[in-house]
Amino acid sequence: MRNALYVASKELRSYFVSPIAYIIVAFWLVITGLFFTSSATAGDASMRNVFGVIPILLLLISPALTMRLLAEESRTGTLELLLTAPVKDWSVVVGKFLGALGLYIAMMFLTILYPLILLLFRGDPDWGPIWSGYLGLLLLGMAFLSVGLFASSLTSNQILSAVIALAILLVLFIITVLTSNVAPNVAAILAKLSIGDRYDPFTRGIVDLTDVVYFLTFTGAVLFITVQIVEARRYRA
Amino acid sequence: MIEVENLTKDYGSFQALRDVTFSVERGEILGFLGPNGAGKTTTMRIITGFIPATSGSVRVAGYDVADKSLEARKHLGYLPETVPLYMELTPTEYLDFRARITGITGSRERKARIGEVMDRLNIVDVANKQIGNLSRGYRQRVGLAQAMLHNPDVLILDEPTVGLDPVQITGVRELIRELGQDHTVILSTHILAEVSMVCDRVVIINRGRLVALDTPVHLASTATESQTVHLEVAGSPSTVLAALRTAPSVASAGLLSADGQNGTAAAAESLPAGTYNYQVEGAPGADVRSGLASAIVGSGNQLLELKVYRPSLEDIFISVISQDEQAAAEGAYDEDEWTDDGSDDGDVEDGEPDAPKTKQGAAEPKDRVVTRRRVRG
Repeated sequence: MRNALYVASKELRSYFVSPIAYIIVAFWLVITGLFFTSSATAGDASMRNVFGVIPILLLLISPALTMRLLAEESRTGTLELLLTAPVKDWSVVVGKFLGALGLYIAMMFLTILYPLILLLFRGDPDWGPIWSGYLGLLLLGMAFLSVGLFASSLTSNQILSAVIALAILLVLFIITVLTSNVAPNVAAILAKLSIGDRYDPFTRGIVDLTDVVYFLTFTGAVLFITVQIVEARRYRA
Repeated sequence: MIEVENLTKDYGSFQALRDVTFSVERGEILGFLGPNGAGKTTTMRIITGFIPATSGSVRVAGYDVADKSLEARKHLGYLPETVPLYMELTPTEYLDFRARITGITGSRERKARIGEVMDRLNIVDVANKQIGNLSRGYRQRVGLAQAMLHNPDVLILDEPTVGLDPVQITGVRELIRELGQDHTVILSTHILAEVSMVCDRVVIINRGRLVALDTPVHLASTATESQTVHLEVAGSPSTVLAALRTAPSVASAGLLSADGQNGTAAAAESLPAGTYNYQVEGAPGADVRSGLASAIVGSGNQLLELKVYRPSLEDIFISVISQDEQAAAEGAYDEDEWTDDGSDDGDVEDGEPDAPKTKQGAAEPKDRVVTRRRVRG
């Protein structure tokens, strides 16, 4: 676990050396800020408008955050030195995941400004949906970033990795749209897999344990598969 | 310290390594020689556990690199040929990260060790510049610093002196020799002089097979079963040659021209008038020197110089590789992915300009070498 944290802190450092992190953070603040302003000036003292747009924003941002993680190391050959160091493969994968998650949590913290503005200018907002909304954001971010990391493990091409991540996330997100053409029992299963449907209750102040378990299981499973892919390089005969 | 047994690696139908076996003791520096694509990097990657072998085993410090990979890796320092570093970090940040993941967890210990290694490799002055902005020479040394940082028992260095200037090369060679006193080092190189300077033993691999494994000195003596002697004699060539040929155990004798070629009567310009260089080939296993000396003196000519010609590592390398190629051509190894096409693809010919210096015996097989190009089956 300690090694995973070392990898995570290295990743965080790498983020802030490149301009990508700054561009993404700026983009994130501009879009969420616009949505917050429009709802706040219209007299809405909640974060629902912001929480509503974030899944779409994350759809675009998370592949950009994660595309580099393993693909770049594989392209430049630094993976060779990382995997021949006395570090377990899961530490590398989990470390990179935590690095990306760390940046994402920092981005979430920046948006805490919005509820504070509400508190100052609109009186005491309803804190329940705000806290549950942030929990939803964290869980959603974990799921999205794990998919991005998985895509990054598949290729040594960053762009390709981003495209793969975007495609997977898009399918997971609009899966309910696909349910109109299939048998009802299949549709029911697909609907349960939909990330969007799992996320929505959080923005309305509902924290359902099955939703929490869904996101955690999803993230864990994707990371597990990613570890297997990294390990496969070593054990492929 | 390193035991490699029957190592074989297939990439699809192409056999990159076949049945390679060798071992390296603690405190030994092993040089890895071979033409491009011979399997040097593949062997190193298997030893470091980056890629798996198709069959065979490797043990590092007693740990099998496949079964006890993590334990084996704790004892390994590795510098890949391409020197992959994180371009966005500074050497200090990078080495700090490497120190942490290789198990140097105490912060004071880490700081001391990083300072020590940076000092030793002369990278202190670029300690806080981004690696991406450093020259190849600096990057190479940051790579070396990373490999030796956790003081591993075994160092695997893939072409460690590439991209360095002559002063740095000398420095790095000295460093490797120092490290070799209490570490085990495997280094691959294209520079043959480096091997004779630095290495205790040499492995020559060609097309995935180990074709020679010996000390540089011993390789030199086994590559030449017969003695070659160069002489400088004042006197008429015809009487000198007649005398040389009557000496005991002499296989052949001839004039040597200035450029080292066997010539008919071309005297070297630097020599005084009436003085010529000769080359004598002894019978296998015989020391012909005293016989030659007395034969020349007996014939009334003046012997000015007599020395045994020792083939350079280049000569040995070319001779070993070409003998191997020749054996392959004669079908000693059953293989179908190689085929004769008689063309010159330059791979084996790298050392050609030195070849004529080789004594006749060693040069002979080279002349008959059929260069082959690999054809994927």
